[in-house]
Amino acid sequence: MESLSLNLSLSCHLLRNMNYFTIPWDNLGIGAFWLMLMAFLVALPCSQMGSFLILRRMALTGDAISHSVFPGVVIAFVLIGDLASPWLIVGAGLAGLASTVFIELIHRKTRVKQDAATGISFTALFALGVVLMESMLGKNVDLDLDCVLHGRLGLLLEEHHVEMFGTMVPQPILVMAGVALLTLVMMVIFYRVLLLSSFDSGLAASYGYKPLVIHYCLMFVVSFIVVAAFQAVGAILVIALLILPGAAAYLCSCRLKAMLFLAGLHALLSAVGGLYLHVWFNTDMAAAVVVCGGVLLLLAWLLGPVDGLMWKWLR
Amino acid sequence: MAIALETHDLTVTYHKRPVLYGIDVTVPEGSLVGIVGPNGAGKSTLIKSIMGVVPSSGGWVKVFGTPLKENLHRVGYVPQRESVDWDFPVTVMDVALMGTYGRLGLFRRPGKKEKLQAQEALEKVGMLPYANRQIGNLSGGQQQRVFLARALAQDSDLYLMDEPFAGVDAATEAAIIELLKEMRERGKTVLVVHHDLQSASEYFDKLLLLNMRLVAFGDVKEVFTPELLQKTYGGRLTILSEVADHAAKF
Repeated sequence: MESLSLNLSLSCHLLRNMNYFTIPWDNLGIGAFWLMLMAFLVALPCSQMGSFLILRRMALTGDAISHSVFPGVVIAFVLIGDLASPWLIVGAGLAGLASTVFIELIHRKTRVKQDAATGISFTALFALGVVLMESMLGKNVDLDLDCVLHGRLGLLLEEHHVEMFGTMVPQPILVMAGVALLTLVMMVIFYRVLLLSSFDSGLAASYGYKPLVIHYCLMFVVSFIVVAAFQAVGAILVIALLILPGAAAYLCSCRLKAMLFLAGLHALLSAVGGLYLHVWFNTDMAAAVVVCGGVLLLLAWLLGPVDGLMWKWLR
Repeated sequence: MAIALETHDLTVTYHKRPVLYGIDVTVPEGSLVGIVGPNGAGKSTLIKSIMGVVPSSGGWVKVFGTPLKENLHRVGYVPQRESVDWDFPVTVMDVALMGTYGRLGLFRRPGKKEKLQAQEALEKVGMLPYANRQIGNLSGGQQQRVFLARALAQDSDLYLMDEPFAGVDAATEAAIIELLKEMRERGKTVLVVHHDLQSASEYFDKLLLLNMRLVAFGDVKEVFTPELLQKTYGGRLTILSEVADHAAKF
């Protein structure tokens, strides 16, 4: 009897709090959907390329790129003078590529190993970016450090809207959708090249694939994605979006295609969960997305069918 | 007899330090060659530079009479088992299929024919029952068999194998050598980097003795002599000289 009443009161409580799940929509209307979509569109291409970075043991290269694009953004901003200009993305992409060339040069031409070379190049370039920004732009510009570190996802609903199919869509969503689509198309086209060169670069080279060319192409695509994502979530959280989905998926799958699918799913769930955390606790949306992704990784670690701790305990 | 592989003055340097110099070898078709020499002799480097995986700083390589690039699909390379990450999310079947990628070019996807070839190759090395397993769950010997299946699926005429016997059990070793001999019977040419001198004289028809330079290349009876082995391994021959004595008794 007692347990029945407990049950009843529990369900009443749940029912009363059902609005927890509708809060974002009640508060933000379609804005909630845009925020979620934007977070997903940023996380999706990151999750796919990040999976390959993890398999190639280059996860930190994503970190390097995300920091070293900064001087490129500053220089492009000085030349163009407009923060919304697509040239900023080009400048940042070039800076990202420069940092990977820099890393390769250091570790191929000197005795310094790749991990140290990565550490050198991204910190030095990021610092260069800070120096350039403060010396060339002064401290009172639109391009501020806070924005570089945290991104502008929270400002999405205030950005310029464009009409599409009768609704007003925030412009960054269109840009990010283009980036995501392009990434997926490239990945489908080059799937086997990426698979073979990541698994067995020796065999790939014996087939006449050029490992260095593949490396730079991959780095260029990663720079491109990171730059686009960087504006939304900032330089630090973009690393999480590159690594978390792939790492979580890696714990749950034995096949590359399954891993890529699960990484995409992780991106989607992080975006949805991030929206709720953002509204429930009134926190930064980008950080909420990453926290959610971290929780999902923890779940994969505990329950993942391949490497889950729970199965090891049960055995 | 037709020539499968010819190198002339092949030289490789790492950071300006030479690791292989002036290698001149002519390997006839249908031979099973063991490449032996001490650690650091450049055995792996030799086959990597033949394949162009490691750039050479001098000399040239011809395969079936033409430069390698024109005959890439006729050459199969089997890297060391340790050179890949066995936690990689691929199945045994996926790895065998990679053997067909070279023929397919960059963009064509493997079809029915390729899958059948991969299946047959796995069958041949006794790994078909494991086709859907993730490669990390295999023993060392099984992993090596998967690598060989991938090489069979390549259907090349010349094979360069880097230590296929490293870390495998006796049963697998016997199975592999059986397979290599069968490949030779079908007219394939196989070069194998090999660590164990004791078995080298039994396994191969020809030996290539290497220690940064080519010490000797020829039929086992001609080159498996105490003098040449001494020359290859330098002074560090205690167990090895016993092997050579053993060889001398033949």
